[in-house]
Amino acid sequence: MDARESLLAAYEASKGQIGLGDSDRIRTLRRDALESFADLGFPRTSNEDWRYTSVSKMTPLEFKRPSSFQPDGSASTELQRLRSVFLGGTAGRMLVFLNGRFLPELSSFNGEMPGVETLSLAAARKSHSDLVEKHLARYATLEGRSFSALNTAFHEDGAFVHVAKDVAAKFPIHLVFVANGPERPMAIHPRNLIVLEAGSSASVIQSYVGLACESYLTNVVTETVIGENAHLEHFKIQQEGRRAFHISDLRIDLARHGVMSDCSIAIGGSLARNDVTGNLRAEGAECHLNGLYMVTGNQHVDNHTTLDHVSPHTISRENYKGILDASSRAVFNGKVIVRPDAQKTDSVQSNKNLLLSENAVVDTKPQLEIFADDVKCAHGAAIGELDEDALFYLRARGIPRAEARALLTHAFASEIVDRIRWDALRRRLDGNISLWLSSSSSEAQEVS
Amino acid sequence: MLDIKNLHVKVEGREILKGLTLQVGAGEVHAIMGPNGSGKSTLAQVLAGRDAYEITEGSVSYDGGQDLLAMAAEDRAAAGVFLAFQYPVEIPGVGNTYFLRTAMNAIRRTRGEEELDAIDFLSLAKAKMKLVEMDPSFMSRSVNEGFSGGEKKRNEVFQMAVLEPKLAILDETDSGLDIDALKIVANGVNSLRSPERSMIVITHYQRLLDYIVPDQVHVLSGGKIVRSGDKSLALELEQSGYVIFGEEAAQAAAAGGGA
Repeated sequence: MDARESLLAAYEASKGQIGLGDSDRIRTLRRDALESFADLGFPRTSNEDWRYTSVSKMTPLEFKRPSSFQPDGSASTELQRLRSVFLGGTAGRMLVFLNGRFLPELSSFNGEMPGVETLSLAAARKSHSDLVEKHLARYATLEGRSFSALNTAFHEDGAFVHVAKDVAAKFPIHLVFVANGPERPMAIHPRNLIVLEAGSSASVIQSYVGLACESYLTNVVTETVIGENAHLEHFKIQQEGRRAFHISDLRIDLARHGVMSDCSIAIGGSLARNDVTGNLRAEGAECHLNGLYMVTGNQHVDNHTTLDHVSPHTISRENYKGILDASSRAVFNGKVIVRPDAQKTDSVQSNKNLLLSENAVVDTKPQLEIFADDVKCAHGAAIGELDEDALFYLRARGIPRAEARALLTHAFASEIVDRIRWDALRRRLDGNISLWLSSSSSEAQEVS
Repeated sequence: MLDIKNLHVKVEGREILKGLTLQVGAGEVHAIMGPNGSGKSTLAQVLAGRDAYEITEGSVSYDGGQDLLAMAAEDRAAAGVFLAFQYPVEIPGVGNTYFLRTAMNAIRRTRGEEELDAIDFLSLAKAKMKLVEMDPSFMSRSVNEGFSGGEKKRNEVFQMAVLEPKLAILDETDSGLDIDALKIVANGVNSLRSPERSMIVITHYQRLLDYIVPDQVHVLSGGKIVRSGDKSLALELEQSGYVIFGEEAAQAAAAGGGA
């Protein structure tokens, strides 16, 4: 059996267990999505959207549905540690998911936030069926996306966040997805729905961590629905295990003057694919996409973003930065569409890559499709090495070569990290970057 | 303090220094003057340890016989060599304070001295900033980013004041400065003169030497020291220009500036 067949078989085997509380619409969607996946299979590099990213490492695996949703002893200790690291002593809500399923006993809800509801999608299906029915799977259209189809067919749980009209969520909402299970390899399909009603605001931080070193697949779909004048600040911190596959599909639906600020950090995983699609469907909508990817060894990271300017006076700002070491590989594809009605669109896109090794490879491709005539669109891509002049300047002041390289690399990353206003999160990421720099392979060679 | 013997240096296959010999004693201030392209900046960069240069002949002995050319740039800094850059580099994302404290502590570590914590460092930095009349707000900015030419040069002298080198090489620290800025920079440098500290002041203009009075003046032309003398030599040059060094200088100048 290959991955496609094993997944289809797993679906048959778990028929009685997943999607029990589904509405008729979702039930039909699941079936259609499964058919779609059975039809499409895994994407091939002949597919333009997957041209530089091969999933051939994944296709021979027989993926299994996780059977354990309770942490064992060591995982439990690790989860407690993560809790304090992630919350960093600040108030806020934290929803922990183990192998895709909500774990209430490890979640915390300190910090009163009236009008802000955070619960598992499985629970919301029952308690908030109207909202779930109104929004779930309305934005993540499949359009030939195998993995999103797979998620739609298989999803069981995930986070449901709802912020009522004109409510400002005071504290950040952490969604922590932890993978750790006896099944090898396991496939996890978290499904998140974040709905901000008109005039509201919230910060949501998604973190993905792997405790086990075995290979597994996280295949997440997140739909964010941002109402009029609402403002969502969203982070995704991807630190999956070294042998993990991480596939993510983030959809952003923006109403009039709705604002999304997204920041995607990708450090972990053996193969990571991050799709972000912003639909600026109403006038004055604004979408900010920031990203930082740091890869080493044989890691492969692929960021595909689409910003669809449908209406006039819409604004997008995109800044993705990459640091590549050893034999790693990165792909950036940034598509900006300006529809005929989207006059006065203002869009700026930048992708800069820093290569720390001669064996690292980047494919970067800005893609502009402009059908309106009165627009401002700028884009730029760069691939470079550390600045020799800066390196010499630091060394001439006494800073050893390896330390100087780390300092400059950190500075490159700091443009993305420094603008994070949550201290605990910024400090955590800064620490992650330092750790990455001290353990990255060509750094180590430089020292010796 | 410094003993350069018959130094030959190539850049991208072209010989820039062609047998330069120079001795600088402890506590002395030597000025090196010369036309564009004579090799002044090459000398400065070679002494500080830039890798891009090929040393084909000669030796540089530093502070009690250390082979300077065998040392990495950072080790030279730890041993007390300081280069004030002609073009200080802008480093976005690295704060001035963090940078200088990292540098200072790296040097202290190499010397087996205790590292300074943030508070001790800051009080030291504040005191030194006064020497060059630098606004404390500069400390929280990225290294040289968005600094004017004069601010960058002041920052160099400030770093020198903090790091307290044994041998300071000032590479055209005066160029691009107006008279007021020049005076501030010169005052800063003069306050750092001491019997334990040697300085090499590289300049294109005699003007700087009105404020920093050297013990000796050397004329570098065509990759060699062609004349040495006391401070009156600088005045002589001011009147006659580099033309007195004849064809050799003219050729060197024609070969291109900035080397």
